[in-house]
Amino acid sequence: MSALAELRGVTRTYGEVTALAGIDLDIHDGQVLGLLGPNGAGKTTTLSLVSGLIRPTSGSVRLFGRDPRDAAARQHLGTTPQQTALPETLRVREVIDFVGGHFAERVPTGELAEEFGLADLLKRQTGALSGGQKRRLSVALAFVGRPRLVLLDEPTTGLDIDGRHVLWEAIRRQREAGASIVVTSHYLEEIEQLAERVAVIAGGRVVADDDLATVIGSVGTRWASLQSPEAARIAALPQVAGSRIDGDRVELSLRDADAFVRDLVATGAPFTELQLRSATLEEAFLSIVRGEAA
Amino acid sequence: MTTTTTAPARAAASAVSTAPGLGLVRLGLLHAKYLLLETVRVPMAVIGPIVFPALSFAFFILPQRGLVENPTGAAQAVIQLMVFAVMVNALFSYGLNISQARETPWEPYLRTLPAPAGARILGQMLSVGLIGILALVPLFLMGAFFTAAHADAAGIALGFVALVLSSLPFVFAGIAIGYALPFKAAIAVIQIVMFGLAFAGGLFLPPMMFPDWLDAVSRFLPSREARELVIWAVQGGEVPLLELAGAAVWTVALLVLALVLYRRDEGRRYR
Repeated sequence: MSALAELRGVTRTYGEVTALAGIDLDIHDGQVLGLLGPNGAGKTTTLSLVSGLIRPTSGSVRLFGRDPRDAAARQHLGTTPQQTALPETLRVREVIDFVGGHFAERVPTGELAEEFGLADLLKRQTGALSGGQKRRLSVALAFVGRPRLVLLDEPTTGLDIDGRHVLWEAIRRQREAGASIVVTSHYLEEIEQLAERVAVIAGGRVVADDDLATVIGSVGTRWASLQSPEAARIAALPQVAGSRIDGDRVELSLRDADAFVRDLVATGAPFTELQLRSATLEEAFLSIVRGEAA
Repeated sequence: MTTTTTAPARAAASAVSTAPGLGLVRLGLLHAKYLLLETVRVPMAVIGPIVFPALSFAFFILPQRGLVENPTGAAQAVIQLMVFAVMVNALFSYGLNISQARETPWEPYLRTLPAPAGARILGQMLSVGLIGILALVPLFLMGAFFTAAHADAAGIALGFVALVLSSLPFVFAGIAIGYALPFKAAIAVIQIVMFGLAFAGGLFLPPMMFPDWLDAVSRFLPSREARELVIWAVQGGEVPLLELAGAAVWTVALLVLALVLYRRDEGRRYR
């Protein structure tokens, strides 16, 4: 796997504020990388560096082996404007043609519009689009130049569940067609749906960077919930790492789920509605970020 | 047949990455095209520079038979409205474009596209320049056909050079307004500045019709100074030293103001 973009020892400060404090990050070909972090952790700064909008204070940023501030380095890069950014008086077709005109190899406007559900809106001025339509147009623009690398900063913020699923499908199809993607999101479910690899940025540093499954697994536990009149006794079993009891209902984090189930049955305590599940990315993320803060 | 037609198209497409000079011009034209499209859809941005000067000429100049039939006076009247057109275009184009760009993250997005920074600037110059030319044409034609205005070819050529140079204070004023104010406020302020400078600077009614006190005040305004300088370039006569000095002071002062406001804006954007 070759790196499409590389950040090496990158520090970026804004006056007194340090946004990034020496991060190393490789963006590989053929991956969807989810970039996570609390607000102000440096995600947008990272994307701005890769797209050549800002210079690192120190360290080096390479895009396709070149300086991203060199326009030619960005020929195979796709980015999205924020939805509020679209020029209101231009029509959808004009915006796509304008952006597409920058690329040597571009997707025809009709084809792109079809792909992102904009075919009926081509004559509409962007100021007249709904929030969801603007989002779809913004994301579509990232793909008009047949990019090898696409940066999506909060692609579905403000969309309803339907709109989000439509956009995820479109992004997945683009991924299958060969685009590598970096996505940031407030919705961890979105990252779980789309990403194969996850990097967590907190306090200006990369604090985790691995496969999605490994990052989730790093929390190291499975979770169980059940109903029982003897909740307190069950919560005291040896495999239980933590518990939350609410009347008959108990939620448990477990060291070894299989051993826990054997113990539970052996106690003879009555129980119903036993559910076992893995930790979610959200739980993994919170535990990683808290671990850093501690 | 298809291979012969697609081959040059391919070559043109690959020129984007292989010939930076050609690519810059092509991208500059691309940006100019969509900037113009955006501009023509904000009615004030077109009415201001193109319709106002032509209408003013029809209302203020044409009814004055004495002026219209005097070759020197008529030429001066055409010139003062050309100065007005250039001033309005500079104030509107730069003021509105910049204040609008500051409100949306569209400009930063465009900077992530594979185009050198020069392409955007070239596009802006082309679109502003084209509207400026469109604004001057009707004045030039009305002056030629409906008045006795006369100027020789060398005078006209020098006049256009003077027109471009004396528009600089208005370009910088437009930039300053663009960086100082939000879009809606910018529209209002530009209109006030535009009409104030036009009336008091003798761009609507010739200054010879001013009372003495207004004539005296008027000489300190960039619009009056631009008028006198372009008239001098076209018709010759004594070098208007006072106006030349005044225009230079305005140009430098407004450039400094524009730079200060630009830097303040950068600081704010990256807070």
